[in-house]
Order: sequence, then structure tokens, then C-alpha cells
Amino acid sequence: MSYTKRFDGRQFEELRKMEAKVGVVPSAQGSAMFKIGNTVAIAAIRGPREVRPRFMQDPTQGLLRCHYNMMPFSGHGDRVRPGGGRRSKEISMIMEKALRPVINLSDFPNAMIEVHVELPQTDAGTRCAGITAAAIALAHAGYEMKDLVASVALGKVGNQIVADVNYDEEAYEGEGGSTDIPLAIVPSTGEVTLLQLDGEVTQEELKKIIELGTKVAGDIFKVQQQALKESFKETA
Amino acid sequence: MEKVSVKNRDVVVPGEILATGMGFVPGNGTYREGDNVRAARLGLMGVEGKVIKLTPLAGPYVHQVNDRIIARVKDILMTGWRLDTNSAYSAVLGLAEATSDFIPRGADLKQYFDIDDWVICKITKVTSQKLIDVSMKGPGLRKLIGGRVIKVNPAKVPRIIGKEGSMISLIKEGTGADIQVGQNGLVWIKADPEKDPKVEGAIRMIEEKAHLPGLTEKVKESFK
Repeated sequence: MSYTKRFDGRQFEELRKMEAKVGVVPSAQGSAMFKIGNTVAIAAIRGPREVRPRFMQDPTQGLLRCHYNMMPFSGHGDRVRPGGGRRSKEISMIMEKALRPVINLSDFPNAMIEVHVELPQTDAGTRCAGITAAAIALAHAGYEMKDLVASVALGKVGNQIVADVNYDEEAYEGEGGSTDIPLAIVPSTGEVTLLQLDGEVTQEELKKIIELGTKVAGDIFKVQQQALKESFKETA
Repeated sequence: MEKVSVKNRDVVVPGEILATGMGFVPGNGTYREGDNVRAARLGLMGVEGKVIKLTPLAGPYVHQVNDRIIARVKDILMTGWRLDTNSAYSAVLGLAEATSDFIPRGADLKQYFDIDDWVICKITKVTSQKLIDVSMKGPGLRKLIGGRVIKVNPAKVPRIIGKEGSMISLIKEGTGADIQVGQNGLVWIKADPEKDPKVEGAIRMIEEKAHLPGLTEKVKESFK
């Protein structure tokens, strides 16, 4: 049997319910919360500050450093062991690479900007929620950016292409298995700044998935924009 | 077809299309991409004739020559002092720029500025690598004795000072406090203990409501 109906009753191209808010960490320079379904990401920006260790300094431009962390109680099964691991190290790196193309740090030679992403509650798509939240937080902190970055995990469950996979779909073990493809898109240009693939797809399917990703990234972008604008509206 | 897509003084976010058409000129905080002028940061939209520009609502402090900043002495060098400027970069205050007094050879520089002293100084030079020189020579530049220092959003400093210092003198008159505002987002306050919270309250309010109209009235009211 193939995957004909989604576990949570969504349309195949439908995203989970999204919510975003800025200024959730008052002590940070900029911060944002992004929620998609049951996945919640909180991003906070610190810096610019001196780069340590010193040999990592870049005298031509600033450095962007991301820290990805799943909280111990956030996961589905056992508690997530605190502290960094191979997984969080990789995700921190790909987050840096996803965000770096849009942000201009030429004003901060030898300095670094730190992005801390914490996940209090997770249901797949954490790196994408993290990137989306981090992009809002960087804009909220007032850095020069040519655009935001909207990110979402697409996939193939059974033989069906779906947008925004959740944990149940990611763990699907029926015929065809499950393929997870996190994507990050720069909405104004359609540039892809993150593309990972865990599973199997054909070339045609991948093309379709990227096309769908670009389309749904527009919806995420609207939520990001809205959150930034709303923070300045209240209390006339 | 040429058109401006955002109203004046609206909040815009990075990547947002502000105007379409080659007739428009991208100013501060904006950039051109093809036919469109887009926002490059979070800010308030501004149109001046054909120039599209943006007033930043937030952002880290970027050092500029002639800025008055508040800094803390963090180290004493052979021929001067190293100052912490509330940013990624430290500034150097040279002996010749520190005081008009004669400093004899081999003098202990602690007598003039000790570690953890606060000063208000002026930036005289910034290199491309953000090496910063400051001076204490100029009207109002001095060591800040007593009082306390609070951090504010550097992008809001112009509002805290106000047009030709109108806002800050309003707070000074309302509370009798001595206040110095540094462009780098540090504010030094010296006030009576009972007035001190009012000063900080007023500054926090300006910071929060900088983009809204009628701010002066609200600040006046807060002293009643």
C-alpha cells in the first residue's frame, strides 16, 4: 500500500500551522521564535564580538557562528543527551552555510556574530525551523541582509512527494520508505542555500521537490515578514 | 512602470520590494536588484524625490569618526590606555590625546585613568580593520565619576538625544540628573537615588517607542 493520505490529515502540499514572534529573548540583540506544527525553534543573536580562538579570525569580514541545540526534553523518545554531538555539530555548520549568503558582515572584520538556536519541542524539520527562526532573529538584530531565508523539509513518503514532513512521516517504513529533503530558499532570488537528502529520489522527483519547496517557502517568508512588522505595531 | 510599493514611514524588512523602476535611486539601507529597489535591513521607509532610503530600527554600533562614545578603561599600555567600547573592537587613547597636563617620562598612568574608569571621548580615527583612536580633547569630554552606565540600542541613540539635544535636556530638566549619551549605545546617568529609576524609565520608553509619533509628550508626562 502506498501513502495516499497523510497521517495528520494535511494536503500533500500543505504546511503545518506556523507561528512566529520576535523579541522573545530580551537580553539578546535580536531574537525570534518560529513554530511549525509541534516543532518550536528559538533563535537569539549575540555580538559582534572578538573571535576566539584567535586563529579563526578573518581580517576581511565578520564570521557567522551558529549553535544548534535540542533541549533534553524536546524529542520523541528518550531524553536528548545535553551537550554537542556529531549531529548538532553538522547542523550548526549547515545553518551557517544556509544563512551566510544573505548577510553582509564586511563591517565587522575580525569579529563574529553568534546565532544560538534552541529547540524546546521537536517534531522533525528542526534544522529548517532553526534556519527560519535565525533569519528572523538576524533581521531583528538589525544586520544588513539582502533577504531573509525561508527553510522547510520536503520529502517523499512512499511514492508521494510531500511538503513539511513531520516525525511520523520521517519514520515511515511502508513500501517506498521515507526520504527527507531539507531545503532553504532565498525568496527574492529563488537561490537554494541548503539542500540535503536522506533517502532515495530520482532526478525528476528531486526537481519537482525543489520546485514545490520554492513555492511553499513563499508562505514561510510571509510569516517571517509579518512577525517582524508586527513587533513595531503594537502600543500606539 | 514605475511605482513606490511601500508607504512612507512604514516598517520594512530585508528583501522587501520598496520601489519598482530604473528611475529610483537606492539610498542608505537599500539595494537594487534588476528593476526593483529592495530593503537591505529592518527599518523605516523613506522617500525623498527619487531616492529611496531607510532609517534603521536596530543594528550593532559601527564606529565613525567624530562620534562621542562612552568607554571603559580595560588596560593600561606603555603609552596610553585601551578602552572597551561596548563592541567587538577596543579603542586606544594615546598619551598626547588624554590630557593637556604634562605627563613626565615614566609616570604611573593610573593617576590619570585607572582600570574600570569610565570616560566620554571622541573617535579621531578608524581604520578599515577597525583599529580605533580616541581623544579626550574637546568640549565636554571627561572622565565620568560616580553614576552608573546602562546599555541601550545604538540605533535609538539619535532619538534619545533628540533634535539638537531636545529630548535629553527634557529628561535633565525633569529630573535634575546628569546624563551623557554615547553613540555606541551606552548612557551614563548620575542622579538622586529617587530620581534615578525615572531617568532610566524615560530612556527605556524612548528606546521602545522611538518609531512612534508624540514621544516628547509621553516623556514629559512620565515626570509628572
